[in-house]
Amino acid sequence: MENLIYLKNVVTLSLDDEKCIGCGMCLIVCPHAVFALNNGHADILDRDRCMECGACAKNCPAEAITVQAGVGCAAAVINTALGKKEGSCCCVIEPQGKPTRCTDPGGNPVRSGCC
Amino acid sequence: METKSKDNTLQPMSFFKEIPQDQHLNGKASAISHRLTLRDHLGSFKARWSIGRMRYTVTPGIYALGTPNSESMVMVTSNYKMSVDRLRSALPGIDCWILVLDTKGINVWCAAGKGTFGTEELLNRIRLTGLGRIVSHRRLILPQLSAPGVAAHEVKKSSGFSVRYGPIKAKDIIPFINAGLKATPEMRLKTFHLWERIVLIPVELVTALKWFLLIMAAFIIVEGFSGPETFWTNALTNGLFAAFALMGALAAGAVMTPILLPWIPGRPFSVKGALSGVFVFFLLLTYRGVDLITWPGRMEMAGWLFMISAVSAFLGMNFTGASTYTSLSGVKKEMKWAIPIEISATAIGLFLWLGSKWIR
Repeated sequence: MENLIYLKNVVTLSLDDEKCIGCGMCLIVCPHAVFALNNGHADILDRDRCMECGACAKNCPAEAITVQAGVGCAAAVINTALGKKEGSCCCVIEPQGKPTRCTDPGGNPVRSGCC
Repeated sequence: METKSKDNTLQPMSFFKEIPQDQHLNGKASAISHRLTLRDHLGSFKARWSIGRMRYTVTPGIYALGTPNSESMVMVTSNYKMSVDRLRSALPGIDCWILVLDTKGINVWCAAGKGTFGTEELLNRIRLTGLGRIVSHRRLILPQLSAPGVAAHEVKKSSGFSVRYGPIKAKDIIPFINAGLKATPEMRLKTFHLWERIVLIPVELVTALKWFLLIMAAFIIVEGFSGPETFWTNALTNGLFAAFALMGALAAGAVMTPILLPWIPGRPFSVKGALSGVFVFFLLLTYRGVDLITWPGRMEMAGWLFMISAVSAFLGMNFTGASTYTSLSGVKKEMKWAIPIEISATAIGLFLWLGSKWIR
């Protein structure tokens, strides 16, 4: 099995046992099998596998899950730090008719990362 | 019939001209086919190489795949053309509706992360297409990777449509349907296998190459003026070596690191990148023949060790954006120490390299 776990003990994911209704939605949407269902309640199986995509929190009807969702993309962090408006990767539509290039809304080339 | 405009945007009808529009749809939707043409494959290839990638779109709306009726399933996807192509070609023999959301040409997962593939757009698109009149049931199948943007319970509350999350990969959709709309645990896991990493390399490479060509030109010019021979002799010997070394750094960070990702030691991507850089440096060293006897030689080589590993570390770190398992908190934590080290190592390397010219 490939070793696909990122840094340890940094993830902001947390689950409120009191609020959890055990619907299992988080197990369905999580792309890294972070959750398990035990006695009608969800458990965090392995927090370090979490990539903070936010799918679980978004789809939890009981609002039992919290996570600071975001895209783990260095280029996006740099763009945000540099004060560019669209701070998320290359995921920006360029104006029609312009040469093919990833640009920020200011028209400056942007390093691509995701997508 | 062909309505392809001069950019890559596809209008509903340019998909498949052999199926007349509105044949069985009474003006509600456009028909599309299960089969991909050569042009679809070529389009995907170009998008992978960053050619017209941000304009590779499909007009949002409702599409008929095959000959669906009011009982047929509704699949939801983004308007990145590669997403639509993946979906329709994975459904051979299935008659269903495809609801294409306006995600500004971004793929499902990235768009969900940004929120453009989100609850609001889904509700909006259901309303605009009059989906409630096209189908008699109230069920939608969404790709699992759209879940970061869509709150299933809110969609249900606001539109009456219940959301069922399908598998991550389009190729698992048929097994998912055959199993009564149930995905196995494997179908719900986002992998990052060798081939999945390899297809991401071209975009990384093309983007970085623009900068690298400029930097290489600068290095060749400096080498040209600083060597013992004429400008062109220097440029073609030492200058070409410098260019070669920079290409090595690019290859280490943007090609070797992605390919060998699971097997390079260290969790932080910059560590993986730096190690790749060190490896490539030693390859270069054997290629050039080691000059560790003279001080300028030692300084130059030390300079390259710093520069190659720092640049490769930076490129490796940037691959976090393409990876499928790095968290934002983790990336921020890594960058907090990696960026200062990368900048200082580059500066030290540059200083040593220039210094070796100075004292020669």
